[in-house]
Amino acid sequence: MDVRDDVVEIIAGFALFADLSAPELDRVVRMFDEAWFAEGERVLRQGFTGTGFYLILDGSAAIRIDGVEKSVLRPGDYFGEISCLLGVPPVSDIVAQRPLRCLVMAASDLQGFLVANPHVMFRLLQGEARKLRSTTKWPS
Amino acid sequence: MAELKDKPFPPGRYPLVVVGSGPGALQLTYSLRRLGVEHAVISADDAPGGMFRRWPVFQRMLSWTKPFAAFDHKSRAYERFDWNSLLAEEEENRGLMPSLMDGTSYFPSRPEMEKGLVTFADRTGLRVRYGCRWETTRREGDDFVLGTTDGEYVAPAVVFGVGVAEPWVPSSPGMEHAAHYGQLRPAETYRDRRVFIVGKQNSGFEIASGLLQWARQIVIASPSPTKLSVNTRSLVGVRARYVQPYEDSVLTGGVVILDASIEAVERNGDAFRVKTRSALDGSAMDFDADDVIAATGFTSPLRDLPQLGVATFGQSRLPAQTPFWESATLPGIYFCGTINQGSLGLRKHGIPSNSGAVQGYRYNARVLAQHLAETRFGLKVPRRKLEPGELIPLLLAEASRGPELWHQRSYLAHVVSLDPDQGMLDEGFQPLAHFVDGHGPDAVAVTLEYNGRDDPSPAIYVRQNNEVKEPNVLAPHPLLEFESGLYQEQLAAALRGVLDRSLSGRTP
Repeated sequence: MDVRDDVVEIIAGFALFADLSAPELDRVVRMFDEAWFAEGERVLRQGFTGTGFYLILDGSAAIRIDGVEKSVLRPGDYFGEISCLLGVPPVSDIVAQRPLRCLVMAASDLQGFLVANPHVMFRLLQGEARKLRSTTKWPS
Repeated sequence: MAELKDKPFPPGRYPLVVVGSGPGALQLTYSLRRLGVEHAVISADDAPGGMFRRWPVFQRMLSWTKPFAAFDHKSRAYERFDWNSLLAEEEENRGLMPSLMDGTSYFPSRPEMEKGLVTFADRTGLRVRYGCRWETTRREGDDFVLGTTDGEYVAPAVVFGVGVAEPWVPSSPGMEHAAHYGQLRPAETYRDRRVFIVGKQNSGFEIASGLLQWARQIVIASPSPTKLSVNTRSLVGVRARYVQPYEDSVLTGGVVILDASIEAVERNGDAFRVKTRSALDGSAMDFDADDVIAATGFTSPLRDLPQLGVATFGQSRLPAQTPFWESATLPGIYFCGTINQGSLGLRKHGIPSNSGAVQGYRYNARVLAQHLAETRFGLKVPRRKLEPGELIPLLLAEASRGPELWHQRSYLAHVVSLDPDQGMLDEGFQPLAHFVDGHGPDAVAVTLEYNGRDDPSPAIYVRQNNEVKEPNVLAPHPLLEFESGLYQEQLAAALRGVLDRSLSGRTP
């Protein structure tokens, strides 16, 4: 399905790819497919296996657990990585809040992609660390 | 082919208009007629399957029709081995392709494929207004008005089956010098020449395969690495038929496969200089070539539909679609044929549907016809009531031999509804995404699920109180047969409580 030619320019501004050169971006972007979701459409389904790694290009999506909205994802945010890396189903629905344009990579491709692109892996680790920091509450 | 001379469907108002005469549109109009849905069909071509008179350039389809399989050519189960015949209800028109092929290959030639479509249209009496080109679209109240070379067609719903065959070339400097896939010259004119092919998908490798015996050097380049279907275990990647250039490359036989972006194509006397940059280390490398060919993909010729509100995505500019192949942004506009790739489905384990190929979208067309009949024409296709004891064998038989499930894995599902008053009703086939995310009665659905590693196996989805949970995936079987007592026991155990609750109306 491949991606539209404006995607390299869009992802050049994302933290995940901040360390990549233009040719590297050009290569990396072709490891993904493009996907589009209508408002209200589920991208990830809570409890369903076989999902992928998604990166938002445009639009926004809600994180919902048991139907309750927990947070909102925007361009540059990504989701599905934990399910892909651990081989477990997602713990939440991801639902398009308005028309949502994404890049998507199959779970089976993610490990090879990250190993081949250590700068992206580092940035993804930073993102995971931030998520952990913001959600961890240490006992006082 | 009387209809080729007659001109049915003159301009005017119709309840539904179908645009196209490729396999998708032909399958749809056949299925609509069987259901009694009044509609018009128009096509810019002058006969069925116009694309197959031009492409693929090296003459044979990528989709097979195996003449010898374990099933009769007229049976439903045979469709799993025949990727190219259109689907008929009446036995005499089923499985036409094997009888039209000369036996030299199980991949039909272009003329054989075209003959298959013409024969199907002729024998089933399909009516199409050929030579009528759709040119413009506008809204008038709840209607769409199609401007065509023959006049205006007015309808509240339109189905476009216009393919994904418009060449697309990237905007890199100098790419205008490149010939597109569709502009390839006869193979012998590349004799002893250096050929640079941009693009590593099937079209690029098809051209390389066809030129192996003629070209002095072939370079195949794009930024991303080559994917092979035998590695992805799906239709994603270069098909086995076109892998020969890959072997020539690894055995250093005059083919170079390069992971590089194309920076520019410059004229250099009678030849070209192609400037590339390695996708691995950013290093520059220039190539001299006598011919540059852009095998860089195709888009869908949607004309003014995006301006009218049809959202598109991806390099192919596919329209974003609902599970029933309606534009996600412009209700009343539907799609059939290879454009159905824009309705993504669940993409479980990253495996896309086969909606880009005849063997996948022919089933979509049949499901779409019923959906249109029931949602827009007030028709209700009768559902067969299942007797107790029929459910388990039906689900396992479908998983073992149902061509819809085999060709559209985790995309189409065979659904049985569970109702306290009516009992178990065979609902036929539905898009799995609709079953999972839509609303409906308590029901059970079977699909084939494939994870990209193991053989496919049956996946059983249950909907209760409009909620669908992760399916029960049964174990794979080395012979892909799921009807033994063991499978029956497993499935019965998995569904026992479900059936009791849903059929008694005691759903929690």
